[in-house]
Amino acid sequence: MNRFPLWKYILIGITLVVAFLYALPNFFGEVPAVQISPVRSAEKVDARLQERVESNLKAANVAFRSVELAGNSIKVRFASTDVQIKAKDVLQSGLGDGYTVALNLVSASPAWLTAINALPMYLGLDLRGGVHFLLEVDMAAALEKSAIRYQNDFRTELRSAKIRYGRISRDGQVVTVHFSTRDQRDAALDKLGESFPDLALTPEDQAEGFTLSARLKPEAEKQVQSFALQQNITTLRNRVNELGVAEPVIQQQGSNRIVVQLPGVQDTAKAKDILGRTATLEIRMVDELADPLAVSQGQVPFGSELVPSREGTPIAVKKEVVLTGESITDAAPGFDNQSGQAAVHVNLDGKGARIFRDITRENVGKRMAILLIEKGKAEAVTAPVIREEIGGGRVQITGMETAQEASDVALLLRAGALAAPMQIIEERTVGPSMGAENIEKGFHSNIWGFFAVVAFMIIYYRIFGLFSSLALAINGFFLIALLSMLQATLTLPGMAAIALTLGMAIDANVLINERIREELRNGTTPQAAIHAGYDRAWGTILDSNLTTLIAGIALFWLGSGPVRGFAVVLCLGILTSMFSAVTVSRAMVNLTYGRQPRLAKVSI
Amino acid sequence: MLEFFPFKKTIPFMSWGKVTTLISLATFLFSVWALWDRGLNLGVDFTGGTLIEVSYEQPANLPAIRAALEKTGLPEISVQNFGTSHDVLIRLPVKGGGNAAETSNQVFAALQKADAGVELKRVDFVGPQVGKELYDSGALALLVVAFGIMLYLAIRFEWRFAVAGMLANMHDIVIILGVFAFFQWEFTLTVLAGVLAILGYSVNESVVVFDRIRENIRKMRGATIPHIIDDAITTTMSRTIITHGSTQIMVLSMLFFGGEALHNFALALTIGIMFGIYSSVLVASPLLLMFGIKREHFIKPVEKKEEAVV
Repeated sequence: MNRFPLWKYILIGITLVVAFLYALPNFFGEVPAVQISPVRSAEKVDARLQERVESNLKAANVAFRSVELAGNSIKVRFASTDVQIKAKDVLQSGLGDGYTVALNLVSASPAWLTAINALPMYLGLDLRGGVHFLLEVDMAAALEKSAIRYQNDFRTELRSAKIRYGRISRDGQVVTVHFSTRDQRDAALDKLGESFPDLALTPEDQAEGFTLSARLKPEAEKQVQSFALQQNITTLRNRVNELGVAEPVIQQQGSNRIVVQLPGVQDTAKAKDILGRTATLEIRMVDELADPLAVSQGQVPFGSELVPSREGTPIAVKKEVVLTGESITDAAPGFDNQSGQAAVHVNLDGKGARIFRDITRENVGKRMAILLIEKGKAEAVTAPVIREEIGGGRVQITGMETAQEASDVALLLRAGALAAPMQIIEERTVGPSMGAENIEKGFHSNIWGFFAVVAFMIIYYRIFGLFSSLALAINGFFLIALLSMLQATLTLPGMAAIALTLGMAIDANVLINERIREELRNGTTPQAAIHAGYDRAWGTILDSNLTTLIAGIALFWLGSGPVRGFAVVLCLGILTSMFSAVTVSRAMVNLTYGRQPRLAKVSI
Repeated sequence: MLEFFPFKKTIPFMSWGKVTTLISLATFLFSVWALWDRGLNLGVDFTGGTLIEVSYEQPANLPAIRAALEKTGLPEISVQNFGTSHDVLIRLPVKGGGNAAETSNQVFAALQKADAGVELKRVDFVGPQVGKELYDSGALALLVVAFGIMLYLAIRFEWRFAVAGMLANMHDIVIILGVFAFFQWEFTLTVLAGVLAILGYSVNESVVVFDRIRENIRKMRGATIPHIIDDAITTTMSRTIITHGSTQIMVLSMLFFGGEALHNFALALTIGIMFGIYSSVLVASPLLLMFGIKREHFIKPVEKKEEAVV
């Protein structure tokens, strides 16, 4: 009665082989490598780049182990970290600014394992070191910004339709236009309703006149918000690329949050500096009518604002925003063709180019200011004079003193354009040595606990204890293989969960072994006792594991970060333990005892 | 055959009901008092704030570190050793509207100025709104797990079993929380994960005993309910101790080798496992008796089911 059909043995054998194969990459360790990826994700990495990488390294006499093209990046392996760092410098100067060259650690497992997609477990930041940020986008600010834009657009629209209007005021996200007659107001309602389908317009008759208030429709509001979020994600991606991180994660979380994970970053302070720079850009006109003396004394002219320039002297700029950083598609440092001065060449998108053409045509000889707004404080980066009408969206900004300054401004224009301000609301930084320490601690907790449990089981249950221990070890393999296959993130609490599930997994075998002993005590024959033990214990095992599974699923659902890592391992561990403790250990028992029809004694 | 618990006779657990209920009640009330009076020492995960762990090559000079940090002008900085004399933990409360990235940079820069050999090991910053969310979702997880398990037990057994099992488990959880409050051990997100795992794990114990009770009700036709329960507990006793023992071995291994990061997690599990044994035997079962469990609650539906199978 204690025999499995052949297919069952074969099936168990196959699962064991697969589990072993997929757990294998975790035991090879890692080698230092350099990862090269293009700064712009649209560009592709190809064999030509690979050749360039190889020839660069050969020219500099840097020995490398292998060069491989994986996904949209090239990974070069080295024998030691010294060579790796040297190679990074060589490649960065050889390939230029178009590519990010980052230090990385890659698995040392052989190529045939990688070919069958057997990868080592994906380690969380607490195990490999790095920075985790949760950023929240200020959506009210994003909506206000779009309201400001509409405020300006209303003016142009009403003027061109020759509708007379009074004041245009804004309170938060609501823009109100004032009219002196109802006819004007109704004409404006028709005109604006036609031109701005995204706005909900409410006419109101008030004692002092007629008004029309506008705010975004809920769908349009959602669109503005999701656009702001996407824009900020893109900006963050650009900034991270400037940083040179091997495998950054930049993801949306919920409707207004962004997760940024930078594994293996050594200089965490610099990473925080670059990411935390919550700068936004605005182009506005300088108020030329303002009295320079009054401005220098800090008097604010009507309709304008005072903004300090880089030199510290205040400049009066108009409140209306001409363009925001969103319109800038590219910015590069360079030199002015005529004067040879340092300059920044800026490219604008279509709409931005149109606005820019109009504003420059109307304002030749006047100055415009480029404002950098950081943490609510504006600063005029530069305030150049408009020399002529600029069409085609290609703008050259001069006025920078050195080439370095031009390059700084270009970087800010390129990467500094956030659609809305962001704030870091959660940060987890783990130093590189801490990660390695955590791995070691997690590993030791597991291995010593495991040996202690095995020793106890073998002493207490003898041969059956040995089977249980083997089943437990196999369970460990299953769990590691499954985590590797799913590429689920392993964290320190996850490693604790491995230890915990191993401790709990033995419960199933204890239940079975105790049942068998009990049956034997009651005088049942050994074969029947084994059969009854496994049979009767199954219901209890299922019940008791399901309750833990409920806890695990709830933890996964409601938990975040480290708790989630714990929950994933807990749930997977329960599932693998049910298979290994019941089926695999049964197979071992059947193979050993099942063939002996007159079994007189079992070692339990 | 090596046996720890060669019980030949059924142990009359149920006749000790009054004493054990008293003990439970006393520990439970003590825990509630500790929670009420001292409250949980919630970590930055829940309260929000900044936590910076640094390490020095020489044993850290705490007064010098404090002096260096006072110059930054940041309020309410707490500095203490963490694990070893080389490691230092610095805590800062949430300050309104401040930029967190800057706060930790500022602190670390000040430390580096005072002693260049300092190494940054870990920074945890949690904004107040995130802390509140983590707290809320933690509380919600506790409720969801409790009700999920209760529902499962009610479907699988009977409502009396479900309520008894759940009460016994909540008793464990309150005791874990009470001990954490009493000793003012830091309660972090990882500890919460441990507590929830215990909730699932400890109910196993009640499930195993309940399973036996149900089986005995069908088998031991002549016996009284208290005797049936006593027999179920006695026969599963050996398994209970061994199972919990092996889980405890793993947890002890975490306690010894897992370092500071897993220390409180392992402590929570240890308390949970200890009280898990106690409560499933001496809390859940007397409660079951108190709820007036009867043979009829089981025999009828089960027999019907068997007929259907046959």
